[in-house]
Amino acid sequence: MTAVMGAAGVVVQVAAIATGAPVLVGVMRQVRARLEGRRGPGIAQPWREMRKLFGKESIRPEGTTLVFALAPAVLAGSALVASTLIPVATTGSPLDSVGDLFAVIGLLLLGSVALALAGLDTGTAFGGMGASRAMTIGALVEPSALLAVFAVSIPAHSSNLGAIVTAVASHPARSATPAAALACAAMAIVVIAESGRLPVDNPATHLEVTMVHEAMTLEYAGPQLGLLEWAASIRLTLLLALLANLFLPFGIATAHAGLAGLGLGLVAIAAKVVVLASLLAGAEVFLAKLRLFRVPELLAGSFLIGLLAVVVSSFLTATTK
Amino acid sequence: MSYVTVLDFAAGGLLLCSVLLVWRRDLTAMVRWLSAQGVAVGAIPVSLALHRDDRALLAVGIGVLVFRAVVLPRVLARVLRGEPEPREAQPLVNTSASLLAVAVLTLLADAVSQPIVRLDPTPATQAVPLAVAVVLTGVFMLVTRRRALSQVVGFVMLDNGIAAAAFLTTAGVPLIVEFGASIDVLLAVLVLQILTARMRVKFGGTDVDELRELRD
Repeated sequence: MTAVMGAAGVVVQVAAIATGAPVLVGVMRQVRARLEGRRGPGIAQPWREMRKLFGKESIRPEGTTLVFALAPAVLAGSALVASTLIPVATTGSPLDSVGDLFAVIGLLLLGSVALALAGLDTGTAFGGMGASRAMTIGALVEPSALLAVFAVSIPAHSSNLGAIVTAVASHPARSATPAAALACAAMAIVVIAESGRLPVDNPATHLEVTMVHEAMTLEYAGPQLGLLEWAASIRLTLLLALLANLFLPFGIATAHAGLAGLGLGLVAIAAKVVVLASLLAGAEVFLAKLRLFRVPELLAGSFLIGLLAVVVSSFLTATTK
Repeated sequence: MSYVTVLDFAAGGLLLCSVLLVWRRDLTAMVRWLSAQGVAVGAIPVSLALHRDDRALLAVGIGVLVFRAVVLPRVLARVLRGEPEPREAQPLVNTSASLLAVAVLTLLADAVSQPIVRLDPTPATQAVPLAVAVVLTGVFMLVTRRRALSQVVGFVMLDNGIAAAAFLTTAGVPLIVEFGASIDVLLAVLVLQILTARMRVKFGGTDVDELRELRD
């Protein structure tokens, strides 16, 4: 019975992420617009844009190969697979034992690499430049992501996401350690860099010198562009949900929870992600994009904070015993 | 909230502030983080005193808190007010490399303070490596910065680490010893303040590298 409930939970979770992610992007744009004194297009605008894009005919630029054609599907596919592994609304996923936090990071990286290859495949100057920048940032994000993951998996004695989240949810007092706070800070920087938000990348820019993500998607049009934007919003939602649940997993449904628990889990995660996204969008109003050469500084900082989290938690697991 | 939690957060905050001090180049922000680090240093003796029910230590702790979180940053902020450009524009080692160096220093501190921890593994002594890491970071900052004021910040950080290590390893620092040490630091900072002011009058800046020649 629990297996059936777990499977149902995962299906509901993936469906909720797939439909909710563009709305979350809409919320962020709306928050930003209001803070800048504009009325904003409303939170459903990303869905309207996507409907428009999916109604257009598919165009492939001359000279591009299969790499270019497959990249949107790989990006979206990897994001959807990752959303089955991450405990967003329920920890009872039957796939939980298949992939741990390292697998999730690997899946997200797979999507980034596919997109970078597509950027190179177009052979345009912008595509190559964007791909090179995205890979530079990606290579610098990866070590700090792994260290932050390592730090949160030490107290739970497992890198399995379900186990980490369950451990924090069942002992909230024991999990309030400086190591967790440091890991949370490192993870927050990783999430911002990985999802391409300010100050690492500006998602609203189409200015040639500053584009990173936009430069790689420049040659896409129609349904493929829609797919890319949808995948990007899913990645953002997943990363925010991961950040929320690793450190504040309150309200998440356990493996034994029924339908009511699952519903509560969905409401809780929706509230947490919307709050996080609004904070992020609000902070972005006051931030300017960092110079590309200053980004390594930010990521070295996050690497160091991740390392400190590991060092500190290796003392603390000794103290709490 | 047990005292172990407070102690751990104070030690973690101490280290985090030293990382942020290395990271930031804006001197105004550095003084603010130095004040936050002072709060973390002061929280260590206060939490230990409340745990052990030790009034003398509590008095020392509150004294340390006021001195390091309020008095010293105030003095530094006063120096800063006359500064034409309050930024550490060109440290000898760039910021990314400095941050990685701090990572190495933290691991080194962990390695060298293991014997101390093994002597008596209580929650307090287990935080000693963090205090040692702050000491090493302070020395690193002292030798890699060009501006006189950020060298002073490095010096105060070094002393914060030493004070934290003293409180964590001993059963209680006598009031007179801590008082003496604090006055020493205050004097050093005041002397450096006068020196910085003199440098600015003479050379128009506080870049230490420009002090090459001796003159009478």
